[in-house]
Amino acid sequence: MSARSSDDGLARLWANLRAAPRRLRETMFRSGPPVSDRARSSFIFGNVFLHLHPARVHRWSLRWATTWGLGMIALSAFLVTLVTGVLLMFYYKPYPDVAYESIKNIHFVVPTGRFMRNIHRWAAHVMVIAVLAHMARVFFTAAYRRPREFNWLIGMGLLVTTLGLSFSGYLLPWDQLAYWAITIGANIAQSPREITDALGITASFDPGGLQKLLLLGSDEVGEEALIRFYLFHVMLLPLILVALLAVHFWRIRKDGGLARPADAEARLGPPHPATYPVFTEAPQKTYHLAAVVRGRTPAVGNGPEGTVPAMPHLLYGELALFMLTVGICLVLSVLFDAPLKELANPAVPENPAKAPWYFLGLQELVSFSAFMGGIGIPTMVLIGLGLIPYLDREEAGTGEWFGGPGGGALVGRAAVFGLTTAVALEALAIHFGWLRQWWPEVPQLLITAFNPGTVLTAIYAAYSLWLVRRHNSTRAGALGLFTCFLAGFVVLTVIGTYFRGPNWEFYWSPTHWPGH
Amino acid sequence: MSTAHPSLPRRSRLDPEPVARRDFLGLAALWSAAAALGFAALGALRLPKAAVLPSPSKKFRVHLPESLAPGEAYVPPGRSVALFKGADGVFAISTVCTHLGCIVKPTPHGFDCPCHGSRFAPDGSVVRGPAPAPLPWLAVTSAGGGSVIVDEGASVPPGTKVAV
Ligand code: HEM
Ligand code: FES
Repeated sequence: MSARSSDDGLARLWANLRAAPRRLRETMFRSGPPVSDRARSSFIFGNVFLHLHPARVHRWSLRWATTWGLGMIALSAFLVTLVTGVLLMFYYKPYPDVAYESIKNIHFVVPTGRFMRNIHRWAAHVMVIAVLAHMARVFFTAAYRRPREFNWLIGMGLLVTTLGLSFSGYLLPWDQLAYWAITIGANIAQSPREITDALGITASFDPGGLQKLLLLGSDEVGEEALIRFYLFHVMLLPLILVALLAVHFWRIRKDGGLARPADAEARLGPPHPATYPVFTEAPQKTYHLAAVVRGRTPAVGNGPEGTVPAMPHLLYGELALFMLTVGICLVLSVLFDAPLKELANPAVPENPAKAPWYFLGLQELVSFSAFMGGIGIPTMVLIGLGLIPYLDREEAGTGEWFGGPGGGALVGRAAVFGLTTAVALEALAIHFGWLRQWWPEVPQLLITAFNPGTVLTAIYAAYSLWLVRRHNSTRAGALGLFTCFLAGFVVLTVIGTYFRGPNWEFYWSPTHWPGH
Repeated sequence: MSTAHPSLPRRSRLDPEPVARRDFLGLAALWSAAAALGFAALGALRLPKAAVLPSPSKKFRVHLPESLAPGEAYVPPGRSVALFKGADGVFAISTVCTHLGCIVKPTPHGFDCPCHGSRFAPDGSVVRGPAPAPLPWLAVTSAGGGSVIVDEGASVPPGTKVAV
């Protein structure tokens, strides 16, 4: 061995060492810097996290008015809760009383603990609002129609999972609010007994009791319930949500991107002059996969001219929405602290015992009949929502706001109708009471079947059937029904939040509550 | 060789041939796997249904205060029961609201529930609000020496009173 060649070896080692950072970068991003459309596309489909995106998106999907970015805001809020939730898990201990202490520690002792807890709490609220608003936008733009029916159902699964996540998280601090909200929730699960008791069959057939037992692992809210809710909150429900999200996003692509009107190109006008054609010659090739794919997916004979590369157009939009969501959560967390009441006391209910705000509409319904308000009406609403895409088989107005016969004017009238009926019925029940105040001997089954909640539901249903006849269109009925339910939800939630005080009595303002 | 055999219908490449419907072994395998997994899932789901409830004993002994006036409620600490002493004996009424399980508060004219406004008469029957059933009367037995044993798990017909 000569001295010379060993010098060479060292020199090569040195050169390789210097090249290592560059090579690391090259091997990580194999397609080089995203300077051409081609490299940008492979930036997306070469990345396991990004490749849920299409390489190109339609210009219609990128208009703000198409989505208002609501789905992405919901996703961003979920990611924020994921990160902050894992951080909270470093200190949280799911055992009665100890749980309360650990939350207090997080709030007052742990560095940045209060901030993280606030972010977690407010991001959860942002997520619920965004999911509800996203669902409303999908409905009002008729984006649930063929071929997206199934994705609408996946979306409903996401809605239920999101609400389940918030509700299970509500118990974890083990304070008065948590304890009594969960007690009420668990007894709602048990409320089919309202019917089985009235029929006298509870001893042999007791689905309500079984539901409560499964939920609480006991007959009262205690350590078993806390560990179960903890399991749901940090494990089961997030896993379900992530799985559903994967299907949700995958289907958006498989369904051909976001819904858009048939004449979207004409409405958008010609593409920006700087966009260059994707294919300089119309492709003549048929693809093998085309033999399997049905419907309108394969574009043979023309290039995807209405589209732009997802990187940067879609990705930068998403990044902006993510930053917006993070910003909102941060500002809320600086301004407001997440609430924490006194330690849970099973002997003295919080008065009034209020669930999180998005359940207060339900709580209002439950104050008429536990079973109907807590299980009957929500089930009917969910079934109704799930049926919508299978009943509305029309085509006019897909991808347009308030698309369909009647349009925005119909929605406006339905909103007024929905608001006034809900307010009127509530006013009636608050002012004059209901059946039991009038005839104390009235059988329970009659109240279960006939109470302000069921009456409201029936009126809304009748109104939307009338709309179907009047406009000769299922979409018109669906528009009316959805708008009415939204209006009813708002009225009940506002009353439950602002106008109910101790003993669930009606008060014009919390300053009138006794003891203030 | 791949082109038309006279006895077979012609198929295009875009119209794949149907899978044989009576692939007996395949179907049998599929259904037995599905059935096995289904039963396994049912068995696994049995786990979360607790067989033994961890809640503390429902029976407890109390000593009624001497000063308890007739019609006045005595709520033993940590229990959801109101005890009353009348001329004809002692009785206990559960203070767990039959609506959604909040703890009702004894008042001079019966019981009020803080959660959704149910009101109950002094004998536990519903006066107003969403509660679907009266507050149950609970089994009381005399333990001698002015104290009684209350069983929160056992209800008795309203009006049952026990002499102490
Ligand atoms: C965790 C909750 C949810 C997340 C994170 C989510 C996310 C998204 C995203 C990012 C999109 C792309 C377009 C957009 O932003 O609007 C989308 C589209 C869609 N979502 Fe959701 N979503 C959720 C819940 C729901 C719910 C509750 C429904 C309805 C019941 C729903 C139904 C749909 C449908 C049908 C589309 C396709 C819309 C179209 O083609 O224009 N999603 N979702
Ligand atoms: S729990 Fe008593 S009224 Fe609802």
